[in-house]
Amino acid sequence: MLKTEIKTVLETARTRGWVSEPDAKRLLASAGLDVPRFVAVTDLGQIELAAADLGFPLAAKVVSTRIVHKSDVGGVRTGIESIRELTAVFETFSRLDGFEAMLIEKMVSGLELIMGAKIDDQFGPVILLGMGGTGVEIYQDVSLRMAPLGPEDVGAMIKGLKAGRLLSGYRGRQAVNRDELTRTLVCFSKFVMAAADMIESIDLNPVMCSAQKCVVADARIMLPPVDGPTAA
Amino acid sequence: MQNTCGSSNGLSMESRPAAWDFKRLFHPKTVAVIGVSLKRDRHPANVIFNKIHLRYPVDVFAVNPSGGDLFGQKVYTGIQDLPQPVDLAIIAVRAEYTLDTLKDCIDAGVGGATIISGGFAEVGRPDLQKQLADLARQHGFPFIGPNCLGIYVPGRIDTFFIPSERMVRPESGKVAMVSQSGGVLVDQMTKFAELGIGFSMGVSIGNKALIRELDLLEYLAADPDTGVIAFYIEGFAHGEGRDFVKAARQCTKPVIVLKAGKSSEGMRAVSSHTASMAGDYAVFSAALAQHGIVEAVNEIELLSFCEALSCYREPIDGRVGIISSSGGHGALAVDICSRRGLSIPAINQQKQARIRADLSSSVQPIAALTNPIDLTGSATDSDFLAAAEHLARTPELDCIVLLLLPYSPEITSDLGARLSRVCQRNNKPLVAYVPHVERYRMLIEGFEFNGVPVSPSIKGAVLMVEAIKRSKPC
Repeated sequence: MLKTEIKTVLETARTRGWVSEPDAKRLLASAGLDVPRFVAVTDLGQIELAAADLGFPLAAKVVSTRIVHKSDVGGVRTGIESIRELTAVFETFSRLDGFEAMLIEKMVSGLELIMGAKIDDQFGPVILLGMGGTGVEIYQDVSLRMAPLGPEDVGAMIKGLKAGRLLSGYRGRQAVNRDELTRTLVCFSKFVMAAADMIESIDLNPVMCSAQKCVVADARIMLPPVDGPTAA
Repeated sequence: MQNTCGSSNGLSMESRPAAWDFKRLFHPKTVAVIGVSLKRDRHPANVIFNKIHLRYPVDVFAVNPSGGDLFGQKVYTGIQDLPQPVDLAIIAVRAEYTLDTLKDCIDAGVGGATIISGGFAEVGRPDLQKQLADLARQHGFPFIGPNCLGIYVPGRIDTFFIPSERMVRPESGKVAMVSQSGGVLVDQMTKFAELGIGFSMGVSIGNKALIRELDLLEYLAADPDTGVIAFYIEGFAHGEGRDFVKAARQCTKPVIVLKAGKSSEGMRAVSSHTASMAGDYAVFSAALAQHGIVEAVNEIELLSFCEALSCYREPIDGRVGIISSSGGHGALAVDICSRRGLSIPAINQQKQARIRADLSSSVQPIAALTNPIDLTGSATDSDFLAAAEHLARTPELDCIVLLLLPYSPEITSDLGARLSRVCQRNNKPLVAYVPHVERYRMLIEGFEFNGVPVSPSIKGAVLMVEAIKRSKPC
């Protein structure tokens, strides 16, 4: 089931060291996480159909084996409102190093969280929850917990966040759907436990959490080095 | 990749037995010290032999292949020549002879060993200690070390190569400590002694080639003499941390960990945010908290936590009532409490009126009875007792911090014992601050001998409350 699917995708990506965003999202979706509807386009001719299918506003991201951190190279655009804009973005992306495709997806809104996983040498699979976005490492507002997680663990993790109050609706903003957040994190933890011996770390950042649901807007799965240390 | 495992070799855990039999090792009746020197009086093995011979209720035999005698005692040429098989062998021979010595011990039916000798993983020879561990595991023979001080059990055994006159020995009590560093263990024992923290046993595990934290956690969890288990840990082997925290979660005794190597993160570039933020120490710390293990970030916290948890086992939420005879002390304690996540609930008007009615006539008009309570410098023993009695019966509070300044002329040395009983009767944890100078010793012991921990600082007293709060999973 899930395990064989994970294995196939991860083994294909092994030499590259990480899993491409479209592949990562497909895996996560089959693990029960919500991902935005997306289409990967490789040439301009496919754009119009994709946009019509998804509907504006759209987000576009570069897909390239050589680009791990997309926003660092200007490979992420959000709030695209027209075909003209989308075409211009495609032309820019296609000039980026190692361009393979452009991912077009439906814009999602909500509070930006990060969900992460790391296989720790001493403690095994560990799950991270924190305030997400591009500033994660500046704010460093995260909770860590050994996986697997149960629903009760999620409450403790939220309590551990300095900005945890933002999740319960701060100054007139709608509260994040706590049940969906819990479900998402528990599903993610199950996925991590199933993939533990094949991965190194995962960033789901941002996960857009709203009053309705939690949607994984970006995902990066890092794999252990091929010639790296194996268990002695 | 960084090595946080100190001098250990990251050995695989798969062949760990269900449980080791440590009885003969930790409670020996007969001991052999292998590797005494006939030439150097201050050789570590001679120091150990001498102190056991003179101070401990065990039969001890000296071993050196040359024979002869030491301090008037016969030196045996080999472990097999002893009149009886011993419970504990203390091995202090050079690293290259340890394997043969270990074989001899196993053949002679010895119960266990501590290998004091250095010259293994810590100097780049993990292979040597692996041979020792493999052999011992094959025969179910427990040994501590190598490269360690070994075992200290008050009144029973002491394998530390520190001359008796240099050792500061804590009284026997409930706290056990397991340490990867011998120096940290000895130094903590000195502080335990100074602060009156009772000690059940100490084990310096050195390179922990065979017996590791998890083995001793399991032993101490079942040890009737031990009530609190403290560890100094530099790092775990692959996957070992996970097993340790799970076992600690099952343990009904408080487990306290002081971790070194907190800043060894960021040594290699990481390509995900998660790997960067979930560094070795961050994960270590989170895993401990998740499993109800109390992490001490420095040795001062370790002392406060050990003392508090050897008195109180039931976790609290941390709603603190503060009683002092100095407004300043109360205010300083409030500051520390709020920084450490403890709350100071207000005392309602009716309660305040009832407390005031029970105070002495000179204190009645001037005492401040909000939380913190300031009984003023005119406070007498009975004022402290009245305030404590009322706070102990206030359900909004789950513990009391008493800041006792013995400078006031109306305070007697009996107050410690009397206050302790008030809180015991009401089943409300009490921690005290009393300046630690010799002339207040009876006051301090009045608390300590009645099960109330006393700190030499306001901060230490607050840390004790924090420890009681943290000894549950979060």
